[in-house]
Formats: sequence, C-alpha cells, structure tokens
Amino acid sequence: MTETFYDVLRRQGISRRSFLKFCSLTTASLGLSPTVAPQIAHALENKPRTPVIWIEGLECTCCSESFIRSAHPLAKDAVLSLLSLDYHMTLSAAAGEQLRANAHDTIEKYKGKYILAVEGNPPLNEDGMYCIYYGKPFVETLKKYAKDAKAVIAWGSCASWGCVQAAKPNPTNAVPIDKVITDKPIIKVPGCPPIAEVMTAIVTYVLTFDRLPELDRQGRPKMFYSQRIHDKCYRRPHFDAGQFVEKWDDEAARAGYCLYKIGCKGPTTYNACSTTRWNEGVSFPIQSGHGCIGCSEDGFWDKGSFYDRLTNIPAFGIEANADKVGAVAAGVVGAAVVAHAAVTAIKKASEKSGSTKAEGK
Amino acid sequence: MSIDGRDLKFPKYVWEAPVRIWHWVMALAMVVLCVTGYFIGSPLPSVPGEASDSYLMGYMRFAHFAAAYVFTVMLLMRAYWAIVGNKFSREMFLVPLYVFQPSWWRSFFRVLGHYLFIRRENDWHYGHNQLAMAAMFGMYLLGSVFMIVTGFALYGEGTGMGSWQHSLFSSWVIPLFGQSQDVHTYHHLGMWYLVWFTIVHLYFVIREDITSGLTVVSSMIGGWRDIKN
Repeated sequence: MTETFYDVLRRQGISRRSFLKFCSLTTASLGLSPTVAPQIAHALENKPRTPVIWIEGLECTCCSESFIRSAHPLAKDAVLSLLSLDYHMTLSAAAGEQLRANAHDTIEKYKGKYILAVEGNPPLNEDGMYCIYYGKPFVETLKKYAKDAKAVIAWGSCASWGCVQAAKPNPTNAVPIDKVITDKPIIKVPGCPPIAEVMTAIVTYVLTFDRLPELDRQGRPKMFYSQRIHDKCYRRPHFDAGQFVEKWDDEAARAGYCLYKIGCKGPTTYNACSTTRWNEGVSFPIQSGHGCIGCSEDGFWDKGSFYDRLTNIPAFGIEANADKVGAVAAGVVGAAVVAHAAVTAIKKASEKSGSTKAEGK
Repeated sequence: MSIDGRDLKFPKYVWEAPVRIWHWVMALAMVVLCVTGYFIGSPLPSVPGEASDSYLMGYMRFAHFAAAYVFTVMLLMRAYWAIVGNKFSREMFLVPLYVFQPSWWRSFFRVLGHYLFIRRENDWHYGHNQLAMAAMFGMYLLGSVFMIVTGFALYGEGTGMGSWQHSLFSSWVIPLFGQSQDVHTYHHLGMWYLVWFTIVHLYFVIREDITSGLTVVSSMIGGWRDIKN
C-alpha cells in the first residue's frame, strides 16, 4: 500500500504535535470550521496518498513555476508528502521512457482513483499537430489519460478558458480542456498563473475530503473565486472616497490611491490575489502600483487593452468603448432631432405664408 | 372610426394616476441613474485629504442603487397596472401582439409617412400613435428590462454568492456574457440606448404638442387629452 501522508511526515522526523498544527493551519487557510481539523488529521493519517498525473499541453509552464513557490503548504511537502506526484515532465527526476512508464503504471494501478492535472490546452486544428506529445497530438494523450481519472484539475487560464493561444484569431484552434473532456468533473483554477497557495490548497482539499471543492457555475472553486479582487482590495477605501490615480507617475500614485481610472480590472476579476497575495503573501499587482489585468477571467486577451475598464467595440472600422459609441450616437440622434424640427418649422412656415397669401387674394 | 382619428371624442381621460406617477418618478430615477452611473464609470477628479474623510463614490453608488430599486419597483407596479388599468396603460406592453394586425401596420405607416413629411397632418389617437408604441416597447421597455437584469447582475457581484441578487441574476447573466467586464460594457451601452430614447421621446412629445392640435405634455400631468383651441 502507498504510504499515508502521516507516515511520510513521521519518517521525515516531524513530530505529531507539528503535524496537528499543520492540520489546524490548513483548516484555517481553507476557511473551514475548527471542528474539521481532526477530520483532516484523520484523513491524512489513514488515506493513501492520492496519485496525481500532471500533463502539459500548449502552455508556458508558468503554472508549474507558480506551484513550486507555494509556501503554505510548501510545494516540497505537497509534492513529496501530501500527494504522490507520479508524473510531471518538468519536476520529475526521471525522464523519457522511464517517466512515461511511470504514468502508465499509475493509470493501470489506480484506475478511476488518480487525479489528472492539466496545464495548458490542446490545439485542435490540423488534427492537433500543433502540440506533439511523445510523437502524437497532445489531444490524444489528454483524452487517454482523462479516461480513467477520478477528477481533472484545469491549471491556469489556458486549461480553463484558452488564454493567449486561444486569443483571436486562434490559428491553432486551441480550446479549453472542458471542450475535449466532457465526462469527468473538472476543477478550473484560472489565473496566468494561478496563485501557488490556491493550487496547493485545492489539491489538499481534494485529498483530505475525497471530493471536489464546491464549484461555481463556471467550474471554479468557490473558496477562492467567489469574490472579486475589488471586494477585498486594500485600496478599496480610496475607491469609496473617490481618490484615484490619474497618471502612472502622479502624486496620487505615490500616495497609493485607487487604480480604477487607469484601468484596474479588479472590479471585474474573480480571484484571491487581494487576500492570499503572492510569494508568501509579500505582494500582489495592485500593491505594487499596477492595476489588475484580469488574467483569471475568460478571454482576457480579447477584451481590448489591459488598461481599459470596458471592452472595445469594433465599430465603423475604429475601435471605441461603449461610452464613446454611446455619446457619438447620442450626438447623431440629437442632430437628427434638430434637423427634423427645422424641417417641421420650415414646412409650417411655408404653409402659413401660403395660406395668408391665399387669403389675401 | 375614421382612420385619421378626426372623429374621436375629446376630452378623454387617458393616463390614469398610477401611470402618471410612474412616468414622473421613473423619469427622475432615470436622470439619477444616468448621472451617477456615468460618474461611477468615469469618476470625477480625486477628492483631496484623507480617505476616511470622504465617501464620494460610496454616496454615488448608493444613489445609483437606491434609484435602481425605485426604477425596478416602479416598472413592476406599471406592469401590474397594465393588467388592471385602462386600455391605454396596456399599449406599450402589447406591441408584440399588435404586429400581427394588418390594421396596426397601416396606421404605423401613416404615422411614419407624416414624420417623413409625406403626409401633412398626423392622425389623432387617444393614447400613443403606432410609432410611439413601437418605441415605448422596443426602446424604453426592452431597454429598461435589459438594464434591470444586467444592473442586478452587477449589483449581485457586490452582495456576493448566496444573496438573492446573485442567485437570481449574477449566477446566470455573468456566464451568459462571458465575464463581468462584458456585462459592464453592455450596461454602459444600455444607458446610452435609453439616452437616445429620451432624446427622441422629448422631441416628439414637444413636436406633437405644438403641431398635432391635441394636448400631449399636459396630458401626462393632468391625465386628460383634449383638442387645443
């Protein structure tokens, strides 16, 4: 039998006291009731570690890069103790056929029990030839590995929504993985990349409770994606007060005012950046003085500039936002009304003069 | 009844009290909504001093949300009155049924002909003319419903998952449009759609008041339509 998480910890010389502390901390970070801590401890003591197969399609590996920077829990613990990461091209010590055999062994041995983590997405044009995996289109591997998985985790915006490779005009026809895998539960963890702690916490949750976290209608875990950046932003008081940065280098920027007017997409972006933050809670984009670009939102590459709060409307050959289009059209309507009124007045006047002339005769 | 309506009997009680109240409260709410909405999207220059001393955006958003609730409740009341009120109160809701009547279209093109300066005199009606009905339905009613649905979807984002605004609106509107930013964009466009309607509405109401020979503006205050002398 595979070792349990607890066995691994004890083997590494960690005391039971520290183990229980970890359980409490994890409970807190998942936002669960304190009474759940013993359940977590029980699960980690008794359940065999969940095998995870992590495959990478059309992507940039930023999700893996983010994952290995997780601080709570440390990525080392997640990979070596918490779960049994049996296959990951970038992180595994083995390579080539040996590594691949490992993946196939796991699929064979843990049919219906392993978790498939997908980073990146499959391009479908030219029969999937734009992304080749061991000599075959990636989409075939994806389908094959997903067939016997218990659940699928879609890491990042690529696997969740399509991201940059699916941006218009999308020459390779890259699609999010839920277009290819339709018969398995999929947890979408969008972000470019997703936050490290969010990634490890979701893995911990699935392992501990043996079920998927509660998902919203778009398939994202509610515990991390139910609020907007704006809802928990530490600059929110400046927004409510009406204090905004107007230019990148103005006094307000130095004073740390709200970045709404220079295009911060915090009010339209669902993610945990403003609460969890990045790199052990050091900072996040807004704290560094740059607005949110909405990287965890569906199709964020195709919504115009990163510094516009409205989506561009391609109209009459020029690109404009809703307010410009609306104001111009209001002007046109106004001008039409004035013209119509003028014609009406002229008509009336000419009728009147016509009738007075008639009367004069 | 002759087709040009010159044999209609005036004065006639057309707009009942609830319709008049709805009209003016709704008009006021729309002004508040457009002004505050515009400044929420494109905020005024920064307020000086400590953030704790000001609450400009907060008040602006409060006014927007309060006016939005008034606007919604008034429209619901108006829809109820269309059921229990007189036949003129139903006109703007029944346009989808009228379009199947050839006689409605005949009148529609007569009115259109007048506005295109082809026919000299406009027909007389107790309530709306056919073009006005079409605009009330297509621009005002559909536009308002769109703004209420997208507006509550955006509001539900703030009240959060589990709130009725989120369950009833945000949970399906946001995925329908793709993402929150698109809902914002179309909510802005919707405002302009209603602004266009308002410009056209004001113009034609005043124009009719001057040229048709019937009372128009005062009818929405007193409720009676009469021939001007």
